[in-house]
Amino acid sequence: MKPSPNRLKLAWEPWISVLIFIFFLIIWEWLARSARITTLFFPAPSRIGASFLHMLITGKLATNLTASLGRLGLGFLLGALPGLLLGLLMGWSPRFRAIMDPFIAALHPIPKLAIFPLIMIIFGIGELSKILAIAISAFFPVLINSMTGVRELNPVYFEVARNYGASRWKTFTRVVIPGSLPTVLSGIRIGVNTAMVITIAVELLSAQKGLGVLIWFAWMTFRIEELYVSLFVTAVLGIVINILLHLITRHLVPWSNRPADEV
Amino acid sequence: MGFQCKHISQTYRLRRGELVALQDLNISVNEQEFVCIVGPSGCGKTTLLKIIAGLFLPTTGQVVFTDAPETGHPRSAMVFQDLGLFPWMSIRENVAFGLETRGVNRKQRLATADELLEKAGLGEFKNSYPHQLSGGMRQRVAILRAFLTDPQTLLMDEPFGSLDSQTRLVMQEELLRIWKEHRKTVMYVTHDIEEAIYLGDRVLVMSGRPGSIQADIPINIPRPRQTADRDRPEVEAIRWRIWKMIESEVRQELGVQS
Repeated sequence: MKPSPNRLKLAWEPWISVLIFIFFLIIWEWLARSARITTLFFPAPSRIGASFLHMLITGKLATNLTASLGRLGLGFLLGALPGLLLGLLMGWSPRFRAIMDPFIAALHPIPKLAIFPLIMIIFGIGELSKILAIAISAFFPVLINSMTGVRELNPVYFEVARNYGASRWKTFTRVVIPGSLPTVLSGIRIGVNTAMVITIAVELLSAQKGLGVLIWFAWMTFRIEELYVSLFVTAVLGIVINILLHLITRHLVPWSNRPADEV
Repeated sequence: MGFQCKHISQTYRLRRGELVALQDLNISVNEQEFVCIVGPSGCGKTTLLKIIAGLFLPTTGQVVFTDAPETGHPRSAMVFQDLGLFPWMSIRENVAFGLETRGVNRKQRLATADELLEKAGLGEFKNSYPHQLSGGMRQRVAILRAFLTDPQTLLMDEPFGSLDSQTRLVMQEELLRIWKEHRKTVMYVTHDIEEAIYLGDRVLVMSGRPGSIQADIPINIPRPRQTADRDRPEVEAIRWRIWKMIESEVRQELGVQS
């Protein structure tokens, strides 16, 4: 019997992507070394790599990365947790939703970066303002998705819970929370990504340490290699966070038969 | 423990006037009786069942359960047409849900659920999730869940409505088998006339909009019933009689002239 081709076929497509990337780097290196492109803007990948190692060894990367991560983590939690709770309750209780909806609808469309100056006026230019700005940016996507997640739950599930005499608390913990989880998690993913953008943005504007600061100083002092390294690290951070969230989702939502990407 | 529906009416207020879904329904169901309700779609069968289940109150009238002692058992358990199982719970957790809401501890309720699943031959699926099971298996699990709480009355809302016809035949026999073991009062809503006759001690025929009981037909086929009983001449006669009662409404609904 011939083995199913689908099962034994190794995925070779990713390797082609890697090859293309390496090819691209080689071309870039060659163009830079032979002075066919200006190294002022496009330094050779080997120079960027050397700069990366240097920043890694001196601890410059680590300090700024941890500063950004700390801000992102704290700000995100501060925004996502109330967003989650409020969203679930708004999704569950039409009355509560009716009361809260006007406020959410009014505040949500304001670009989160645009209120940063106001936050700084009120809370000063210290760490608190930055964390608040990040928190606000994470708050809304988590809230809206949590609310949608509960509202889109089939009413049958609530009827089953009632029919079996589930208390309000049981209904909340066994129906509302797990039922909305796939949508809540996609809200969390959007929230993290928005928070990351805002983290870099507020760091560009005002901070002592952080990836945004690194990017900004590299520009100010025209250390072009460091600029590339900072951008690269920021991108990798984003990718890592999204992969982690993807794994968490797969672990928490084993019942979902949707492809994990959709969740 | 039977129950009675007394003068039940259900009215929905719409933007343009009112919709009378149910009008002055009076039904009396005896203990351990298997009563089927058939009617055209949209006649308010499901609404009636949900009222009996206590999921909402009717506009007027009431449901009275005859001598319901405080046994600790729920008055009714409902089996829904579809989606009744929680997709986020494993099969055993789903089956145990009725015990969970009554505060039975986790170990004990899962053990009870496992035992029941094992007896039903579904043991190997106890840790699966509903989406991993076929539609027929899911409904068997839903029925087990309802039986596990040992309700006084079982309310079934087209439980096999979304199954293919072969699966449905087997499930109907299976249901009768379980029912024979644990005699319960059953109220079974369906749009399948043959199914109603095959299962029920009595078939109530509903008319649509506003929903009311048109006929109350006793089915005197002896139990246990066999699949072959479907071919009995009296089944044929009753089926024809019921179809004549609801045909015009079905045609009207579809806009098809007779």
